[in-house]
Amino acid sequence: MKVLVAMSGGVDSSVAAALLLEQGHEVVGVTMRLWGGESDTGCCSVSDVDDARRVAQQIGIDHLVFNFTEDFQRAVVDPYINDHAIGITPNPCIECNRHLKFDRLHERALVLGFDAVATGHHARVVYEDDVYRLVRGHDMAKDQSYVVHMLDQQQLSRTLFPVGEMTKTVVREHAARLNMRTASKPDSQDVCFITTAKDNDGRSGRVSFIGRRIPLNEAVVVDETGVELGSVESVELVTLGQRRGVAGGGGTKRFVVDIDVPGRRVVVGPENLLLTDFELVSGVVWSDQPHTGMARVQCSAHGEPRSAILSLDESGRTVVAWTEPQRRISPGQSAVFYDAEDRYVLGGGLVVRSAVSMTTH
Amino acid sequence: MSLDLVYLDHAATTPMRPEAVQAMLPFLTEVFANPSGSHRFARQARQCIDEARDVVADVIGCKPGEVIFTGCGTESDNSAITGIIRRRGGVAVCSAAEHHAVLNCVEHAGGRVVAVDSNGAIDLRALEAVLDAEVSSVSVMAVNNEIGTVTDLVAVSRLVRKLAPRAVLHTDAVQAVCWIDLRTLWPLVDTMALSAHKFGGPKGVGILIVREGITFEPTVLGGGQERDRRSGTHNVGGIVATAEALRLTDLAREDEVQRINVLRTELIAGISRIEGAQRTVSSEVSVPGIVHFCLQGIESESLLYLLDEAMVCASAASACASGAMEPSHVLAAMGVSSELTAGALRLSMGHTTTQSDVTRAISAITDATDRIRSVQNRRSL
Repeated sequence: MKVLVAMSGGVDSSVAAALLLEQGHEVVGVTMRLWGGESDTGCCSVSDVDDARRVAQQIGIDHLVFNFTEDFQRAVVDPYINDHAIGITPNPCIECNRHLKFDRLHERALVLGFDAVATGHHARVVYEDDVYRLVRGHDMAKDQSYVVHMLDQQQLSRTLFPVGEMTKTVVREHAARLNMRTASKPDSQDVCFITTAKDNDGRSGRVSFIGRRIPLNEAVVVDETGVELGSVESVELVTLGQRRGVAGGGGTKRFVVDIDVPGRRVVVGPENLLLTDFELVSGVVWSDQPHTGMARVQCSAHGEPRSAILSLDESGRTVVAWTEPQRRISPGQSAVFYDAEDRYVLGGGLVVRSAVSMTTH
Repeated sequence: MSLDLVYLDHAATTPMRPEAVQAMLPFLTEVFANPSGSHRFARQARQCIDEARDVVADVIGCKPGEVIFTGCGTESDNSAITGIIRRRGGVAVCSAAEHHAVLNCVEHAGGRVVAVDSNGAIDLRALEAVLDAEVSSVSVMAVNNEIGTVTDLVAVSRLVRKLAPRAVLHTDAVQAVCWIDLRTLWPLVDTMALSAHKFGGPKGVGILIVREGITFEPTVLGGGQERDRRSGTHNVGGIVATAEALRLTDLAREDEVQRINVLRTELIAGISRIEGAQRTVSSEVSVPGIVHFCLQGIESESLLYLLDEAMVCASAASACASGAMEPSHVLAAMGVSSELTAGALRLSMGHTTTQSDVTRAISAITDATDRIRSVQNRRSL
């Protein structure tokens, strides 16, 4: 097969490219240039492009750089900013996968005559029972099926995850065996377009990045009975379930249980006020057919999957009815549905603010 | 370079002329002395540089003392603009379609960037509007590196002398050397930048011509080479090869212009037959060697990949530090829509370009655009 490998400059995609080559595929590496602004972390900085190119040269494949900065700005960065302004907490890595790696890059690969696109994600594509299944990575600690959950049958049929079958340790062993300069490179952790350094005013990278693009507004912090406890600097940056910086005094543990961005009000309360019996999920992409009934549902990249019953409401959204009450999920986060055995992805979408924002338990 | 390769990227760099390579070789082996030394061996190297300087001066029509050898075209531009601003103060001016070697210097100095017309040539009325007694440096390129447009330096010079008499007029003539007799340009300006690898010379040698009596603050300080205008040990072999390449380019120019003109006509005819192909600037305003098209609905990155597969080397616009292609600031300044800009294609010819290169390029570009469109059409069904 002719395979285009998305090489971020990290160890996983380096090894992915090398393994595909060893398997006899015709392989071309590509690094997507996504972010033109300042950044010192994550993928796709100039030094990461250097790493990807050197690895490609070392294993003897061509390496390209595609400039997708405009698409990235439009599909990832702008929504990230706009969502914060209305109190939604998006996951930019998932939107990047959705719009860049598995849409823009897939389309480009098709035009250029490639049979498949490969990435270094820890997940597996298995063809069984006449469908392509997105199966969790072999290394459960590194499993990334959550962040690539939006792949449909057509995309899955053209996607390869060469390192999904192995543990991270084995990936690093391969990189060391091949004497790759990326062998001991640490995993990327942060949002790639946001620097980890503090700005001149001592603000964190995230606060600084968002604060330079939208006005950040002070908000009053009240307890669940409405008693004023203090204030927060930026209501736009408060997330549901947050404890730091909003708890106020007293011995009891207080969590953010409600955020009213236009009303500039943050409600804190005991943990039980965070609990809910259900979540609503919109914009669901199903891996194959829509699924109702028992499922496991995961709501963050490395979150614990919980049991729930899925059903569809009258407007086509998926209702996640937890079998046991769970902490509410911030609107904008992705809920990913796995089969009842928690082996493969059924589908996933974005958590929306539920009509009943406070369910008491 | 492989014999199979169709190289149509001469505006990026040219293959070295074999005579220039030959001229360079002794300096990589036996003639290794530092020309700034005082022994006979050094004097031998020194003489080679002096002779090279005479050759350059002859091709430009300037005095040998006005020729400064630098490390690259970018350094020459930087020295001319930043060096003048640092020495004299005042305001720097340039056109919006300049190479970044000029544009970034002017922007860094807080200067004035002048609009261009739909051909990418500096808008003379806009230039007129920004010229005043404060202006100490004006830079207008002789030939645009992306689209090949030739600037009317006579008109620019007239305006600058009249409205900004204090100003040093600089021209980036890097893309002009193969097509325009530099002797016709030099009387119009005060400083001029050239780059050896754009005319069959080696990489790593630039030339800056500075009119006698004009002083600037050097950007490279040290041992005081090049009469204190550019320090650093001379790249003797490179300088000698540069002079040889420049001499041969000058000698061959008239014939080459005619020869490449014929190839240009054929190339344009071939590309124009492709659906959605739009010529960016006409032959009347551009040098023969640079042919620029925008292909509607085609993404340059895809096209260049498929051309590369077909062994055709072409380009779109300039590349950034990562190697990714940047949207062209030249086309943006000309007001070309972003949709067309996305399909930019530059084919640039030079001394090694043949009839067969042109024929093969036309067929490869036609095939590649057909293929891209067929996939796109299938996708949109």
